[in-house]
Amino acid sequence: MTTASPVVERIRQDVAGNDVVLYMKGTPVFPQCGFSAAVVQVLTELGVKFKGIDVLTDPSLRQGIKDFSNWPTVPQLYVKGEFVGGSDIVREMHASGELREMLQTRGIAANTA
Amino acid sequence: MSIAATIEAKLRRAFAPVRLDIVDESHRHAGHAGARPEGETHFRVEIVAAVFAGLSRVARQRAVYEALAEELAGPVHALSLSASAPGERDPAATA
Repeated sequence: MTTASPVVERIRQDVAGNDVVLYMKGTPVFPQCGFSAAVVQVLTELGVKFKGIDVLTDPSLRQGIKDFSNWPTVPQLYVKGEFVGGSDIVREMHASGELREMLQTRGIAANTA
Repeated sequence: MSIAATIEAKLRRAFAPVRLDIVDESHRHAGHAGARPEGETHFRVEIVAAVFAGLSRVARQRAVYEALAEELAGPVHALSLSASAPGERDPAATA
């Protein structure tokens, strides 16, 4: 949307430097929103290690992550630098088994069924 | 026009869906951040349209978000979305 601001640069580094990143409202232990909680639950069920980033701590991050992905809502899941989707998509992909398959093909440890 | 009716009109115009369900789930979020006493803040939309065939999940949702950009920037706090093409397995059916 705009030229790289410091917050977008920070997002780029976090997304590039961690295999699985979840931008969410609240923390993995204390989610502040039902949609964020649902994605945490999926990742926990799959036994995936992820970095949770709380957008509520920083208004510029809350807006920045939406600009970064051209996606208007939080949560947002990134795997190996790639935007996967929000809670609807993550839940659909988990229900169909696609999410586990995608993680495994990218070399990320996940529980088997 | 209610917000639900506006959402319906915009989605019909943009996607010519063969199925469209819009459910106001605001009552389930009463008192949460973004909730208003008069409701119409949280919606669940299930849309089936031929134009979604061949598009990724992310692309489908982006298209819907774009059609409803005005509502999402304003009164609508959350939109839960299932977008599929005719003949695809309906994820909501098994949920």
